[in-house]
Order: sequence, then C-alpha cells, then structure tokens
Amino acid sequence: MTPRVRTIVLAVALVVLVALPSIGIALPGVFEGALNAPGTLNLLGLCFVFGALALTYDLVFGYVGLLSFGHALYFATGVYTTAIALTRWHWSLPAALALTAVVSLILPLVLGAVCLRMRDIPFAMVTLAFAQAGSILVMQNPFGLTGGEEGLALGGGVLPSFLVGVTNTHNVYWIALVLLLVVYAIAWLAVNSPPGRVWQAIRENERRVSVLGLNPYLYKLGAFVLSAFLASATGVVYLLLQGGANPQVTTADFTLALLVMVVLGGVGTLWGAVLGGVVYEYLDFRLVALANTSTVQSLPGVLRVPLSEPLFLLGVLFIVLVLFVPGGLGGLLRRRVAS
Amino acid sequence: MSAAADPVAPATPLLGVRDLNVYFGESHILQGVSFGVRRGGITGLLGRNGVGKTTTLRGILGLVPRTGSVTFDGEETVRLGTHEIVRRGVAYVPEDRDVFAGLTVDENLRLAERAGAPLRYDLVYELFPELKTRAAQKAGTLSGGQQQMVALARALLNGDNRILLVDEPTKGLAPLVVRHVVDALRRAAEIATILLVEQNLSVAHSLVRDVVVLDQGRVSFTGDVEQLMGDPALARKHLGLAAAGSH
Amino acid sequence: MTTFALLLITGLGLGALYFLIAAGLSLIWGLMRVLNFAHGAFFTVAAYAGWSATRLVGGASLEVQWLVAVLVAIAVGGVFATLTEVVLIRPLYARHVGQVLVTVGLALATISLVQGGFGSDPKQLQLPAWMTSTTTVLGANIPNTRLLVIVLAALVFGLLLFFLRRTRFGLIVRAGVENRAMVQALGIDVQRAFTLVFAIGGMAAGLAGMLAGTYFGTIDPGRGTTMLLFAFIVVIIGGLGSVTGSALAAVVVGVLQQFLNFYGAAGVGDFSVVLLLAIVLLVRPGGFSGASG
Repeated sequence: MTPRVRTIVLAVALVVLVALPSIGIALPGVFEGALNAPGTLNLLGLCFVFGALALTYDLVFGYVGLLSFGHALYFATGVYTTAIALTRWHWSLPAALALTAVVSLILPLVLGAVCLRMRDIPFAMVTLAFAQAGSILVMQNPFGLTGGEEGLALGGGVLPSFLVGVTNTHNVYWIALVLLLVVYAIAWLAVNSPPGRVWQAIRENERRVSVLGLNPYLYKLGAFVLSAFLASATGVVYLLLQGGANPQVTTADFTLALLVMVVLGGVGTLWGAVLGGVVYEYLDFRLVALANTSTVQSLPGVLRVPLSEPLFLLGVLFIVLVLFVPGGLGGLLRRRVAS
Repeated sequence: MSAAADPVAPATPLLGVRDLNVYFGESHILQGVSFGVRRGGITGLLGRNGVGKTTTLRGILGLVPRTGSVTFDGEETVRLGTHEIVRRGVAYVPEDRDVFAGLTVDENLRLAERAGAPLRYDLVYELFPELKTRAAQKAGTLSGGQQQMVALARALLNGDNRILLVDEPTKGLAPLVVRHVVDALRRAAEIATILLVEQNLSVAHSLVRDVVVLDQGRVSFTGDVEQLMGDPALARKHLGLAAAGSH
Repeated sequence: MTTFALLLITGLGLGALYFLIAAGLSLIWGLMRVLNFAHGAFFTVAAYAGWSATRLVGGASLEVQWLVAVLVAIAVGGVFATLTEVVLIRPLYARHVGQVLVTVGLALATISLVQGGFGSDPKQLQLPAWMTSTTTVLGANIPNTRLLVIVLAALVFGLLLFFLRRTRFGLIVRAGVENRAMVQALGIDVQRAFTLVFAIGGMAAGLAGMLAGTYFGTIDPGRGTTMLLFAFIVVIIGGLGSVTGSALAAVVVGVLQQFLNFYGAAGVGDFSVVLLLAIVLLVRPGGFSGASG
C-alpha cells in the first residue's frame, strides 16, 4: 500500500467515523445495535479512549523503554480529580478540567522524579507500589471524597446538558474521537522531535546518551510527565462516557491490561498501540456478550467456563502473541500490507 | 612480517580458530580472527589494550555470540553451549577472576568439580597451600592474589582439562604474587596446554613459546616469541611502545 | 501488652505467608532475572486444588482433609510452576521482557479461569477444632492457625537454607545468583537449576495458598494477586536473590502492616508498606542484602 493510498484510506475512514452518528446501518455480530445507536457509539467511544490510553503507555514503554507498572494511576487521576471536583465540590466543568490539568502535571512530576532514580525492575516495582498506594487511598474514601468501593456517579446537573443523556451520546462520541486524534498528533510530534529521538536512543543504550552530554534523567522525566498528562486527559473522557468513577481503574489489573493492549498492538509503533487499545476494549465488551449467548451457555462446563471469561481469552491471546508474534497485531498487519 | 596466511602450526592444533567474528551491538570487535594453538606448552595471545584479546577467549567459550569455526581437538564447537564446551576439557580463568564472593574457598573449588574426572586436589594444594588453610573463608574477603589462586585452582582441578584459557592472570598483583602465579602456570603447562592473554610483556616473554598478536580485531602476527621480542622494531609495531623495553 | 502480643504474632503470621511466596520469587529473580507475575497464579490454583481435594475425601477426619489439601496444594504448585518454566519461560530465554510479559498473561488467564470456574465468592475451609481455637501466648489469645502458619514457614525456611548451604544444587543456585555466566564457564548447565528453582518456588507458593486459606478461613480468587504484590515488596526490600533477606523483610512488613492497620485506620498499614518500599529503594536500590538489583 503506497503512502498515497494509505492517506486516502485513512481520510475516508475518518470521514466515516465522524459521520457515524448519522449512519443507521446495522452490522449484526459486530455491534449489537445500529452503528448510530447509543450503545454502539458508547462502545466506540470507549475504544477510542483506550486506543489513546494505550498510545500514552506506548510512549513510555515502547519509545523510551520504561516498563512502568503504574500508568493506571494517572488515568485514574484524570477520572477521579474531575469527578471529585464536579460532584463533591460542585465546581463547573471548566474549573474541574483546569484543576485536573494542574494535578496531572504535578503528580507525575513528583512521582516520576522519585521513581526514575531507579532503572528496570526496581523502577517497575516502585511505579507499581505508588499505583497500589493510590488504589488503597481511593478505597479508603478519605474525607468521603472518592466514594470508596462504590465510586462516584456523575449525577444530574454537574455536567453541561449537551454531555448528558442517551440522546447526547454522539457528542461524547465525538469528544472521544477528537481526543484520540489530538493525543495521536501530540504523540507523533513528540516522537519525531529531537527529544523524541533521544528517547529512542535511551531505550537502546542509555549510557551512550549520557556520554553525548545529554542528561537521560531529564528526558525520561519529560516523557513520563507527558504520557501521564495525556493519560489523565483520556481519563476525563472516560469519565464522561461512563458517567461515573469506579475504583477498578486504579487496580494493578488495569495497568496490566494496558500492558496487554500495547503488546497486542505492537510495542513501539503509534498506530499499533491504538489498534491494540481499540481491539482489546472491543473484545472485552463483545466477549462478554458472546459469553451470554445461548450457544455458549449450552456448551459443557469445560468449554463454557473459559469462553465466558474475556480475561482468560485475552490472557491466552497475550501469551500466544508474546511467544510467537512479538510484533503484535500491528506487526502482522504491517507485513501483510507491505507484501 | 605479519603471517595471517597460514596461522595454523605444522602439527594438528589442539585448538583451531578460523574466521571468528564477534559483534557487540554495532561494533565489529573480532573481524575474522584465525589462529591455531599447538598442543602442549604455552601460547601467548598478545596485543595492545582493547584489540579484542578477552573477546577472543570469550568467543572460543561461547560466552558471546560468534560466527566462524572453533575446533577443539578436531571437533567443531562453535554450535555448542558454553557448558558443553567446558565439559570437553576447556577451562577458563577470566580476567577479573570471577570467584563467587559469597561462597567459601572450599565451595568455590567444589563447584568446579566435574563428575567422572580425576581431581587434582593434591596438585592444587601443593601449588597454593593457602587455599587449604583458608578453605572456610568467604572468597569475597580474599586479596586479589588469593582470588587469582582460586581461579587458577578451579581450572587445574579437573584432571581431564586439556587446555586452559587464562586471561591476564598477573593484572593488579604485587611482584611477589606475580612470581607465584608464573611458577604455577609453568607447572600447569606440564600437564595442560595454555592459551595465555597477557599485557605484562616480561611475564609473557618468560612463559610463552608461540605468540599470536591481535590488532584491531584481526591477527597481525603469529610466530615464535623470540622472533617477536628479539626484534624491537617488530615488537614496537605490533605491541606498541611498551614492548621496546622488555626482553 | 496483650494487644501488642496479638498484633505481633498475627503480624508474624502474615509475614510467614509473605515469606513463603517471596522466597521463591527471590530465587527465581536472583538466578534467572525473571520477574514472575505468575507466582500469584501458582498460589491461587494450588489453593483451589487443595480445597477441591477436601471435597473428595469428605469422609475422613478434618485433620486428614487438611493434610491432604496441603499436600495437594504443594504438589499442584510445583507441577504448575515446572510446566510454566518449561513451556513458557524457556523458549524466551533471550527475551527478558518477554519472559515477564508471558507471566503476566498467564496470571491474567489463570486467575480469570479460576474465577469463572469457581465463582468469585470465597469458599469456606473446614478446619479441625484445635486449629480454630486459641492458645494463650504472653497473655493474648492467639488463634492456633497463626501459630501453625509461623511454625510451618519457619520449617520451610530451615529446609531452604539446608538446601542452599548443603546440597550441590543449592551451591549451584547460590553461585548462579551471583554470576550465571561463570557457572556455565565451569561446565555446569544452569538450565536444570532454573527448572528446579521454579519448582521449589511453585511448591512454596502452593503451600502459601493453602496456609493463607487456613489463616483467613476462606479461599478466594483475588487473594493471590494482593499477596503477590506485598511479596514483591518483601523481595525487593529483602534483596533480590536472598532467602534470608526475604525472611527478615517479611517479618518487618507483616508486623508493620498489622500494627499500623490497627493503630491507624484500616489501609494505613498497607499504604505504609508501599511507602517503605519507595524509601528503601531510594536509599539502597539493592535492599537489605545489598545484592545488586
């Protein structure tokens, strides 16, 4: 596929995606309702969010080579800071967003400064530890802010009306699409900029970078903060799509799911990560629906149980990919497209 | 005159290296190294700092990925794993000694024992009596010289070791200890072939018979040690200024 | 004083569980440089296997049921771990990140499978009466399960030390943790030690799974992951590759967690342990034992 053809295909796809809320076609088996049904739009919105989130993770993991096990913490920061400001303090949406932006810059700066003093496994463990601390903190429901296990629901009146209600799902859908495009653009610019090239050099050989007179620590911290900030942004859109905050997004399982997404799509390629996020979220959703169909329910237990657990199927897929297809789905596609 | 054309000694060499290439990331460290080690006696592997002497030993042992051919007593070993090569009778005395600091002297030696081989504890304790007295001491607390003795003892322990690859055994040691190591190597040469990497040229001169000189990842000279050391101009050309004063 | 004794011993009990998981993790990391996320899966699968075994010998006395459960858990843990090493880890010998990833996938797949098959509600464990009753120690009434767990973990610690200090394989493992390449250069095939270390870790994790069930009275699918996290913290604080370090760190972590959870609010202890890890890593990236990370 030549670059020109690829650009045309992408442009057409973009137009279709933007126009989706007007397309009443149904794709049975792929989506439960018509393409412009709220359920479908919501699912697609979530897919975009996870595509963007996986992309932010690919920045630190794929491009700089930092195996962070605590990325979910920054996603959760976006979700919870906005939710708390809206529901507990009754701030307006712009004010809540401003607060989230500030927190999303300061938190990764402080935590990153601490974590990045270590490398490899100690770094991974300390990022996991901080994320776990965050998870515990959320569950403790300090000052009644986070809602503990039940989370926070965005009740009536906290959001501007164009974002509320099933009939406005298409608005949130568009926001999610824009988010994906913006995050992708920023990531693309970052990766292709001089600092971006230093990142990749750091991934290959950190010592050589410091020998060149550059301070790897600062570059790593920069990548860390940028990806955390963007992750937080995706968290905000997630909050809008879900209509509430749930502590599940603070768990270690969630960060590991991010890892699965990025590996699924192909580490170190931007669109691969997006693909991984989109496919993961889609599968996670649809596999649950599949599990509830009568065909699967009627299978003997030995088959029914594994097929009813999306995480099992994803875990197996992940193992297969790591063993046999290290380039992920992105790598597979790239080879097919090239030939 | 450099003699890279036919590096193999007249008799079938115990160890034959042909076109050995080793890459480290993008650096091409060994660029087609070829030479033979004659059975018996001590062959020296010399050259300036950084030319690839240690890498050559590690390549022979399979400790770094390599291409080319390495034959030991007629058998091609380049496809084998390190432990399989060592089991065939190749012993390694690494540059930094690499004794296990957390293990005692005795444990370091016992670890080196191979089943099925006669063990030469008598020779080892004769050469290095301190290893017996310090048997229960943690190897990490030994002096550099004592650690070197442990490293040498490990290599001599198994009776079926036919070649010892020894990397800079006198590095960083006091003159008295150097003498001890040299004597031990001479004794060792009575029972095994030795390929010796040495930066200390007077030590090398007193011990080795044949020499193979490396320069920039290639063999630049092979021949008799007297040929090389006896000719100051030749020595300087292949080994640098340090060579000029040692004969 | 009685509260102190109760908290101390309960903390030791928790620490004992952490140690059993951490010891295997530490050796696996030290020797193979693999961060084994599947360890929590070994724990969980073994626990459920043990629990299922109790259902099968329902007729026998509760002591026998418990014993059977423990033995089954140990065996299943060991077998599962061995299979993991041979089938998943070994093919990826050159790809360290790949090895970590594959254990993540295995953990994900296994635990969700267990959850699907057994449900996410905790399963009750029927314990003999003498286990659930208490003994007075230092004036406090300590449930016997705590004491049992501590005694068994101490036994395992002793066995591990014996293995490491007095057997040839133990010698190889200790040397390999220090310098794997040199062990190979002595003619020893380190690969066999890898499998052995995974098997030992799996057996210890299996025992931990069953003992945790004994300690808490129930088996549930999520506990493996939670305990694994704290075990990782213990391994790092104690020094990667050091069994003694893990034992010391496990005691500190367990006791600290208990005390702070009690005197602070619930969760403060957990939080502090995490903070402790961060502090230790900043001050000394090698942990207690100073083994290089």
